[in-house]
Amino acid sequence: MKKTFSLALAAAMLVLLFVGCGNSAKVLNVYNWGEYISDGSEDSYDTIAEFEKWYEATYNENITVNYDTFQSNEDMYAKLSAGAVSYDVVIPSDYMIARMSSENMLLPLNFDNIPNYANIDPNFKGLYYDPDNLYTVPYAYGIVGVIYNANEVDEADADGWNLMWNEKYSGRILSFNNSRDAFGTAMYKLGIDVNSTNTADWDRAYEELMVQRPLLYGQVMDEIYNMMESGEAAIGAYYAGDYFTMLDNQADTVDLRFYYPDPTNYYIDAMCIPSCCQNKELAEIFINFMLSRDAAVANAIYTYYASPNSIVFNDEEYLDELGEETISILYPGISDFAKEYNRLAYRNLSQDMLDYINTLWEKVKIN
Amino acid sequence: MRERLNRSTFSLLAPYSFWAVLFIVVPLVFVAYYAFTDNSFSFTFDNITRFFTATSTVTNGSGAETEVRTYLLIFWRSLKLAVISTIICLLLGYPMAYIMTRAGSRAQRIMMILIMIPMWMNFLIRTYAWMTILQDTGILNGFLGVLGLGTVHIIGTESAVVIGMVYDYLPYMILPIYSILAKMDDKLIEAAKDLGCSGPQVLRKVIFPLSMPGVLNGITMVLIPSISTFYISQKLGNGRFFLIGDAIENQFVANNLHFAAAMAFILMVILLVAMALIKYVTNRQAYGKGGGLL
Amino acid sequence: MKTASRIYTALLFIFLFAPIAILLIFSFNESKSLSVFSQFSLKWYRELFRDEATLTSVRNTLLLALTAMIGSTILGTAAAVGIQRLRARWLRASLNTVTNIPMTNPDIITGISMMLMFVFSGRLFGLANSLSFWTMLIAHVTFCLPYVILQVLPKLRQMDAALPEAAMDLGCTPIQAFFKVTLPEIMPGIITGAIMAFTMSLDDFVISYFTSGAGFQTLPIRIYNMTKKTVTPKMYALATIIFFVILALLLISNLTDEDSGRKRKARKSKTID
Repeated sequence: MKKTFSLALAAAMLVLLFVGCGNSAKVLNVYNWGEYISDGSEDSYDTIAEFEKWYEATYNENITVNYDTFQSNEDMYAKLSAGAVSYDVVIPSDYMIARMSSENMLLPLNFDNIPNYANIDPNFKGLYYDPDNLYTVPYAYGIVGVIYNANEVDEADADGWNLMWNEKYSGRILSFNNSRDAFGTAMYKLGIDVNSTNTADWDRAYEELMVQRPLLYGQVMDEIYNMMESGEAAIGAYYAGDYFTMLDNQADTVDLRFYYPDPTNYYIDAMCIPSCCQNKELAEIFINFMLSRDAAVANAIYTYYASPNSIVFNDEEYLDELGEETISILYPGISDFAKEYNRLAYRNLSQDMLDYINTLWEKVKIN
Repeated sequence: MRERLNRSTFSLLAPYSFWAVLFIVVPLVFVAYYAFTDNSFSFTFDNITRFFTATSTVTNGSGAETEVRTYLLIFWRSLKLAVISTIICLLLGYPMAYIMTRAGSRAQRIMMILIMIPMWMNFLIRTYAWMTILQDTGILNGFLGVLGLGTVHIIGTESAVVIGMVYDYLPYMILPIYSILAKMDDKLIEAAKDLGCSGPQVLRKVIFPLSMPGVLNGITMVLIPSISTFYISQKLGNGRFFLIGDAIENQFVANNLHFAAAMAFILMVILLVAMALIKYVTNRQAYGKGGGLL
Repeated sequence: MKTASRIYTALLFIFLFAPIAILLIFSFNESKSLSVFSQFSLKWYRELFRDEATLTSVRNTLLLALTAMIGSTILGTAAAVGIQRLRARWLRASLNTVTNIPMTNPDIITGISMMLMFVFSGRLFGLANSLSFWTMLIAHVTFCLPYVILQVLPKLRQMDAALPEAAMDLGCTPIQAFFKVTLPEIMPGIITGAIMAFTMSLDDFVISYFTSGAGFQTLPIRIYNMTKKTVTPKMYALATIIFFVILALLLISNLTDEDSGRKRKARKSKTID
């Protein structure tokens, strides 16, 4: 009797192991950056909830959206490529999309299900990561700029990337804590192509980062908000939309300003459907919803990131809400966006190149 | 009941052994498998040798460059911080555990609860709270400013990382030591005193050796997580410290699963050896050099 | 000596609770800042209760911790009893070593190794989703088991082996002897083990991160992902609530413990006479 009991226990464990989550209700799995959607906090529009409501009203079916977040493209890629998880909609950055599509990890979209795609500004179509517009729908874009505290930094020193290497502000400077962006700032400063396949170029960037190292307060990602807002550090590079978030919360003793050095990083985050998707049509319906007026405007207001959706940047409420100054910074009226973007955006690099860069990055980090 | 493995014992142990093999041993086999293979899954020692032979240069303040073994340096730094944190935890925790045993039983219970409470609060948030305290514009400096004592720069230094680690792991040091001190037979202490030992001598010759298993438990529960932490060093170290946990995570995220596994494997072996060594040393303390009890 | 102890204790507790005090205070902050207090406000508590995703992750975390606690306690107690009975030294030594492995392994190693294994078996069985709630549960039970076993085993060793034998002499079957005699004796160990298992599972981040599937995010993972942008005082509000709930629970259990302790003493004194 005891023997059968223990055997039954063992069998039950086996069954438990391989059963997985068997759900028959409609489920949509979305994987996006953290804090990258209007989620209902502080009285904002709750995109996910609204989508569920709209779907149930339109199709008379209940639906649950599982909205998960990642905090770097590489993390997301590691999990997806290992086959560990399956999502229906993913919103990575351009270079990661290029990588995923070259590895056949993306499904071509059926644009019949995404009529709102027509509203996407033509500047954001046919770009390097999806030249035939098969796999992606742009979600947000931006340009990296330099943020500084005007109470501490002379305006005269706000000179392109040099401010971040200025010895006068030693110990007050923040750098990116990820390899691509950190090397990127050095390469933009030196005028090197950030997608160079020449290891000598990366070595030069490495030398430049080493010069900067003694001047750094630290290497940060999200900690930058807290640090710039409180005056803990005085200079840092980050994405334009985030500058406005910091501006909202800055301490009384801090006066944050922002500018774009030239050249700098242009990036686009786009919605796409990975090949592990389990409900493609539902995913496309979701993408279409994200492009609709209410959702798109709400997301753009909440995240402060620039939108490639013409409904958004022509919308009265959106323009009023953000104000002229913010709009002029977020949408700097670049005459040939596609050309600048193709010149300056990060591209996917070969695994050998990535390994080389990673080794250089480790060398920077241990100093 | 002289049978080697009677039925009831078998039925009790079968589920657990099955579970242990499947979910403890097999994953480790996977780590070893990935560690000793390359991207095409053919056998290679390269990953292992890379850990020991990869080199970089470190530039010090005056611009002089020295060549170092990358991963050995990273490991050494992690070990150094972990050992410092463990020692501090031991020095802070042992007296606290001892004081607790001297208190009334109600006070003991309350103190134990109070010590356990931080363990239940999310450790990511606790680390954030320490950032608020230790920053240059933080609460500590604000407090010192009010007292007219100037500012201290703690965040971004090794001290901040050590403070973070000690804070997170101190309860794990106090509780096992308290647990074993509480169970100690008072009669042994009385006997020692009767035989002429003074207070400190009792502490050194009776209490401390007998508490060794608890001390070992505490050391294990502090040293292991301290070596492999990456969150604390990122947040409280301002991203200036690149420890072995960061290195493994970095390789994993850069899609170098094989090398990440190799580092994990080597770390595991080193820790097992270290734990065995510490156990040997503390057992000698507890049981005396000639073997046998006391 | 006594005042020195008191001062030392006070200092230590100030150290332990300073960050928690910060959390408490800033959870009532009007602005989003985590370092500058502007004015008192309950708005983050209101935000918290409207934030479905965070509340769901709290529910997930509790569900996971409870199931992991129950699973590891049952499995671990059975294992401890079994190990205690073993005569074969080699078997006992190897089981002890295997038990210690999850404890002596850094979580990043446990996490990666389990993920590799789950992904491999997922591919083998052609599953789209190799990771799910169940894989997380398995991982959690696995790393909680050593804590249970290490709490129960000493109690088993301390217990007088004659007691269950006496019970059986008096007519109990072995199972009855276990449930009526052994179990009550080792109960303190089981409870402590269960509490430790719950605590370890609640706060686990690294292992959960590597073994979690789509749609089941726990609180630590959610907070970590939020930190790409910024951690708002909403999280501090959550931490404050957790703090008061735990404080209440532990105080209540402390009070009931005292009562049962007194009752047991009364019972004991009765029987001895």
